[in-house]
Amino acid sequence: MRPFSFNDFLFILDATRWTIVLSLLAFVLGGLLGGVIAVLRISSFAPARLAAAGYVQLFQGTPLLMQLFLIYYGLSLFGLRLGAWTAVTIAYTIYAAAFLGDIWRGCIQAIPKEQWEASRALALGYLHQLFLVIMPQAVRIAIPPTVGFLVQLVKATAVASIIGFVELTRAGQLMTNATFQPMTVYPIVAGIYFALCWPLSVWAQHLEKRLRVENVMGRKK
Amino acid sequence: MTYVFQFGIVFDHFPQLVEGALLTIRLAALAMVFGLIVAVICAYLRTSGPKPARALVAVYVEAVRNTPFLVQLYIIFFSLPAIGIRFEANTAALVAMIVNLGAYATEIVRAGVQSVPAGQIETGLALGLKRLQIYRFIILFPAIKAVFPALASQFILLLLGSSVVSAISANELTAVANTLQSTTFRAFEVYIVVTLMYLAIALAFRALFAGIYWFVFIRGRT
Repeated sequence: MRPFSFNDFLFILDATRWTIVLSLLAFVLGGLLGGVIAVLRISSFAPARLAAAGYVQLFQGTPLLMQLFLIYYGLSLFGLRLGAWTAVTIAYTIYAAAFLGDIWRGCIQAIPKEQWEASRALALGYLHQLFLVIMPQAVRIAIPPTVGFLVQLVKATAVASIIGFVELTRAGQLMTNATFQPMTVYPIVAGIYFALCWPLSVWAQHLEKRLRVENVMGRKK
Repeated sequence: MTYVFQFGIVFDHFPQLVEGALLTIRLAALAMVFGLIVAVICAYLRTSGPKPARALVAVYVEAVRNTPFLVQLYIIFFSLPAIGIRFEANTAALVAMIVNLGAYATEIVRAGVQSVPAGQIETGLALGLKRLQIYRFIILFPAIKAVFPALASQFILLLLGSSVVSAISANELTAVANTLQSTTFRAFEVYIVVTLMYLAIALAFRALFAGIYWFVFIRGRT
């Protein structure tokens, strides 16, 4: 046991970067997979639609911790020796894709049907309709909830500490074990999460408000 | 490399898993009831309470919504004893779940409260009702009806998130699974079965919410 020093604080701050790196990795990779999920969910090919809906249901309907355990223990059974980084990245990518895919599907479906019909009438093919007409409009309404989900993702990375992945929460645990000052360490950890998440929350709210204003103005025109 | 799945061992210990699942359900159900009560009170304070109360609720909501549930759990279970507040693991888990859900649900209920047309509130004022009476008899019911789907998904998120309380050795479903996998060395089988149990519990709760919605808001009201 030793007193909580500035170096301990630096250790925790240093581990924060792994929280950020994991969040960004999961966001980018999960975003790519989530984009595919969203497009499959609105496809006219029923099996693809069902498979994507099943994926979302399965991963939104089960605990993230279970998904982590299954990937961490599961894949090693099939001879894949995964490091903690790989396992955690895969798990969070799958998790983020389920939520982003669902959010983006909603945004694509919020675009009026007439947009599809009009672009069809202009003889655009499906991919052209999707990428040139629908997506540019859907992206605009997708940004606020996507930023909101990023907050959820940053917070979700704390669960990775349970399987021993060293990020912010795990660093806090290690420092608590070393200094036995939980009343100092955990509030600091919470404060760092707050410093990461709060600006994003405020930004998401701001974007949402602006979008609402734009919608009202647009309708008045 | 070939791996032979052996689910038999898991099913030999199925009664233990069911016991863990029952605790998970009990924790979630209690947290939902108390979390909703916290939310209804806080949403009132946030919208029509005195200024300091409004600010206090805003701080509570923002603090909880921008930090991980796991860290909130650690603060309640590990930090609070340092200032003399001590909970047993299962109680700490329940308290953390109520605190967490209370904040999210406050925001949701508040959105519902603000969706009630001003005309209805003015009608209440014209009838000489007091603020609390207006909240209780005019606003609350349609407010909760309007945001019921959002509340239901928040409840499900809480149920699934509750698996992390195993980290403070509350003996719910995930904790039972952890014990079981360390004694049987069948991690994959144990976690597959437990994951499916969570899925089943989540689906059951979803059906229950649909039933509650119909029973409270639809039945006998045309």
